[in-house]
Amino acid sequence: MNNLETLYRQVIMDHYKNPRNKGLVTNSLYKTIHIKNPSCGDDITIQTKVENGLIKDIRHDGTGCSICCSSASVMSETLKGKTITDAKKISSTYINMLTNQEYDTSVELEDAIVYQGVSKFPARIKCASIAWKAFEGTLEESE
Amino acid sequence: MNPYELRKDFPILNDETLCYLDTAASSLKPRQVIERLDEYYEKYGVNVHRGVYNLSYVATEMYEEARRKVSDFIHAKFDEIIFTRGASSALNLVASSYGLNHLTSEDEIIVSELEHHSQVLPWQNVSHITKAKLVYIPLDSEGRITVENVKKVLSNKTKVVAINYISNVMGYITPIKEIISLAHEVGAVVVIDAAQAAPHKTIDVVDLDCDFLAFSGHKMCGPTGIGVLFGKKKLLDNMPPIEFGGDMNDNVNLYDASWKDVPYKFETGTPPISEAIGLGAAIDYLLSIGLDEIGKHEFKLKEYTVKKLKEIEDIIIYNESAETGIISFNIEGVHPHDAVSYFDGDNICMRAGHHCAQLIIKWLNVVATLRVSFYLYNTIEDCDRFIESVRNARDFFKSVGF
Ligand SMILES: Cc1ncc(COP(=O)(O)O)c(C=O)c1O
Repeated sequence: MNNLETLYRQVIMDHYKNPRNKGLVTNSLYKTIHIKNPSCGDDITIQTKVENGLIKDIRHDGTGCSICCSSASVMSETLKGKTITDAKKISSTYINMLTNQEYDTSVELEDAIVYQGVSKFPARIKCASIAWKAFEGTLEESE
Repeated sequence: MNPYELRKDFPILNDETLCYLDTAASSLKPRQVIERLDEYYEKYGVNVHRGVYNLSYVATEMYEEARRKVSDFIHAKFDEIIFTRGASSALNLVASSYGLNHLTSEDEIIVSELEHHSQVLPWQNVSHITKAKLVYIPLDSEGRITVENVKKVLSNKTKVVAINYISNVMGYITPIKEIISLAHEVGAVVVIDAAQAAPHKTIDVVDLDCDFLAFSGHKMCGPTGIGVLFGKKKLLDNMPPIEFGGDMNDNVNLYDASWKDVPYKFETGTPPISEAIGLGAAIDYLLSIGLDEIGKHEFKLKEYTVKKLKEIEDIIIYNESAETGIISFNIEGVHPHDAVSYFDGDNICMRAGHHCAQLIIKWLNVVATLRVSFYLYNTIEDCDRFIESVRNARDFFKSVGF
C-alpha cells in the first residue's frame, strides 16, 4: 500500500537525523537565499561560497518536514566542490527528475537520486525542491 | 439522519476507497447541487438584471430566489444579503468599506489569535491605514475566546470586534451572543466569521444581534466562488461601495454617479449566478437533513475518534474539548507533512499545515498540525479507517527512526 517506506528507509532519514553542513555563517563571501513555502511552512536558507568557478562551501538552515530538511543536507553534500557549471547541471537534472520531466540520466546525481521516489507524491515535490531552488538562487545572485 | 443513505447523494463517494476528512477546507458536493448548476447552464444560462427578455427574467428570478433562501437560512431580511466570491471577500468588504471609512487613530479593533487569515488580515490592513489600534483577546489555556477575556480588552475605544463563530483549527464555538451584547454596550459593531458555522449549525442573526456575518458556499455543499455577507440594513446603507462598475450604479454623470440600494451597490459586474443558485440548492439540501442533526452527528464521530486516538502512543491532540467535528493533532516527532503523505497513501484526504491561521499555530507553539474534520457523509467506518491509518503511520515513522 504505502510507497513511503522505500523513500524514508534510504538516505533521507540519515540526513534528516544527522544533517551535514547545517548552520549559517556570517561571512560576506557567502551568498544567502531564503525561501519559505507559506502554504506548508517549510522555511529554508541556503548559503553558497563560490571561488574561481568552484562551489567551495554550502551551508543550510531552516525548518520543515523530513523531505525538505534532508534534501538541503543531501544537496549540500552533492554540490560542494563541484564547478558552477556542473552544479547547475546536477540541480536542473534533479528538478526534472522530481517533476517527472525528461532528464539526462548520464548526470551523476549521487545520493540525491533517492528523491526519485518523491515524484510519486506530487504534493511533496515542493518539499524536495525548495533547498535546490534556493541554491540556484544563490548562483544567480553571484553573477 | 442516516449518513449511509446521504453518501449516495455524493457522486465523488462512488469511489468507496475514498475517505474524505477535509470538509473544513471544502465540503463535497451532492448531486442535488450539481444538477441545479447544470440546469442553469442548460436551460437559462444568461445574465441577470439586464436582459428584458424572458430568459433573463427567469435567470434573475432564480438568482434572487437564492438570495431569499440565504436570508431565510440565517433569519435575515432579503436586502441584508450581499453575494460575494466567498467568506474572504465578504470579510474584506466589511473592513474596506466600514473599517476604512469609520475608524481613526483614536479607535481600537478587537480580533483574536484564533482567527483565519481572512478575518485578521483585512483588519490589520485597516489598522495600518487608519492607525486604529489592533487589540488581541487573550485566549484561555485551551486556546478559546471567552467572555471574561473579551471583557478585559473591550473599552469605549473599541469600534469593531472581529471574531470567528467556530474556529477552523480548534473547532471551538465562540460564545458570540454574549460577546455581541457586551460589544454593543460600548458602541462597537461585531463582525462574525461564520465560515465554519454555517455548514454545521443553525444561525439566527436576529437572535445573535450581530452586525455583520460572513460565510462561504463551498464549505456547505455549495459551489466554489460564492459567499455571503450579511449586514444590518442601517449599517450597509451608510457604507460606500468598494467596487465600481456595471449594475451597481443608478444615475451616471461625467464626474459623479449615484448608487443602487443595498445590496446591489455592493454587487458590481456579472455576479456568480450559477454559484448563487447552487448555494440555494445546498441550503435546501442541508435544511432537508437538519443542521442540528448534522452537528450532532459530526460531534459524535469526533468524540469517538478522539477516544480511540488517545489509545495510540505519541498522538498529541490540541483541541480535545471541541464542541464540533474538528480534530487538530500531531504524531510526536513527525512533521505533519511527512505524516499526511502516509494518510494520502491510504486515500485519506486530510489537512496538514497552518490552515490559513498562523497565529493560532504560533500560539500552540508547533510548526503545523494535522487536521481532520467530519461532515454529514462521514461514518464510523471512516473513523475506524482513519484511526487504523494513524496507528500504522505512527508505527511506520517510529520504525524508520523518527
Ligand atoms: C474560519 C474561516 N474563515 C474564513 C475562511 C475563508 O473562506 P474562503 O476561502 O471560502 O473565502 C475559511 C476557509 O478557509 C475559514 O475556515
